[in-house]
Amino acid sequence: MAKNLPPVWNKIAKHAMMPETNHDERARYNFLANLNKHLAHVSQGNKMAFEKRVEPAFVKEKERSIASVEELNEAISKDSHYQIWSSLRRSTMEMRQQAGRSIVLRQAEELRDKAAELNKGKATLVLDANCKVPEYLLAVDNHLMPGSYHTELIEGDVTPAANYDSGIFVTTAGLLGRYNDGGGKAITSWVKKTYPDFAPKRILDIGCGMGHNVLPIARAFPNAEVIAIDTGAPMLRYAHARALDLGVTNVTFMQMDAAKTIFENESFDWIQSTMFFHETGGKSIYKIMDEVYRLLKPGGLTLHIEQPQYTDDMSLFEKFIRDWDALNNSEPYWSKMHDIEPIDLMVSSGFKKEDFMQIGAKAENDLDDGTQKADEPEDHGRSPIWNVFGAIKN
Amino acid sequence: MIDHIKLASSKSKGKRPYFHDDPAVERVLNITMAIAGELAVMRERMDSIERLLEKKGLVSQKEIDTYVPETKEEETQRQEWHSEYISRVLRIVQQEMEELENPDKSIADIANDIDKM
Ligand SMILES: C[S@@+](CC[C@H](N)C(=O)[O-])C[C@H]1O[C@@H](n2cnc3c(N)ncnc32)[C@H](O)[C@@H]1O
Repeated sequence: MAKNLPPVWNKIAKHAMMPETNHDERARYNFLANLNKHLAHVSQGNKMAFEKRVEPAFVKEKERSIASVEELNEAISKDSHYQIWSSLRRSTMEMRQQAGRSIVLRQAEELRDKAAELNKGKATLVLDANCKVPEYLLAVDNHLMPGSYHTELIEGDVTPAANYDSGIFVTTAGLLGRYNDGGGKAITSWVKKTYPDFAPKRILDIGCGMGHNVLPIARAFPNAEVIAIDTGAPMLRYAHARALDLGVTNVTFMQMDAAKTIFENESFDWIQSTMFFHETGGKSIYKIMDEVYRLLKPGGLTLHIEQPQYTDDMSLFEKFIRDWDALNNSEPYWSKMHDIEPIDLMVSSGFKKEDFMQIGAKAENDLDDGTQKADEPEDHGRSPIWNVFGAIKN
Repeated sequence: MIDHIKLASSKSKGKRPYFHDDPAVERVLNITMAIAGELAVMRERMDSIERLLEKKGLVSQKEIDTYVPETKEEETQRQEWHSEYISRVLRIVQQEMEELENPDKSIADIANDIDKM
């Protein structure tokens, strides 16, 4: 039997907000998930090309070794294997967006109406037309998603979130589980195991997106009041409708900038973010962390699931290939965030050095039926293996 | 109503990187990969059809070979399919036009901008 086959798309969980898909649309997602997986394997060839010909040629010409990621980038960009791999990977990501958008845009009005019906008269969805989209989100469409998280093609639009929800499976080849919530589940399990007596009354999720990773937290603490904020109205409309349809009622979704919230000092027991900070900006990241510190109660917990950090013992090649997505899959701030040590970020906002913590996390995947081999090569930037940093405020 | 076919193939904000020495190679590669994708889609559909037909013993090869659209609606549906198909396959050409119309900064420049935001 072939190894490492991604699950078929129709294995992902259906809920009221999941866009309708026809046979060909599902097949298109299946093709793209397989193509992604294929390229993750072929990417091992980049290392080979680098070691066997790019580096030796550089050394021969310059009589010294490659000194920086920038030099490496310049040298490898002339290599034909790197060129074809890169162009295929880029093309795959663009096709993934095209495939997702062709599904959701043809039913934009139906999806809008479904969300409106579920959201009607509910106090747990709070939109604010005066909330400004941060300028760093206006500067680029992260991960090649035309229109980003906030653009509304019709009034009451939810298509950015529907596209994200239906297609994230393709990019991750199904490794986040049926509800794409492997990250939220992993952090919930870790918190329950590490702090068995922790009983948060108020929880805040910042940059909640379509809300998939906050729901496991809300389910684990059904008596807690959970607030999830985002600046993108389409994400929040969808997230709220999705949560209600999945039976989760203790989350209030609010349109708000995490850098300047309306909440009172020391009013949350737990503040969480998931895959959020690497899509912010160089000044905002500090403002947001200041806000986290302000909002957290003494003794409160804050955790942030992020991309793996660079470490000193990482080779130049490894750093370079980890940055590939940042520059070529349009995640520009990710390439800058590497220069910030999470501990420094947190200490600058008031957290104590000795209270800082850092752990590794791996997605909990309810789709794993053993056909996904554990020994497969890491798909840099895509693997559900993360760095979690945070602190208890003292 | 929005033009969902055109919008589905829109370009994202941020200048597109090209990896081959000649951008024409990249363009053709993208078109080829899209066709490869659609061939896979078709293959999966045929697979479904063949399995269903086999299970039910319903339709003969000859009936399929001689079939032509029977109503105006059927004709329109077929043509609409072609229109969407071509837009999907020629996405990169549309996006190059959008870039011409609306030039972008490089992602590295945007990273520098964002670093100050
Ligand atoms: C990559 S998504 C992460 C979504 C989700 N947390 C997850 O687990 O995948 C980042 C989200 O953060 C939102 N966002 C970015 N900056 C924000 C800010 N300053 N305040 C609130 N939301 C923000 C974006 O709109 C987007 O939905």
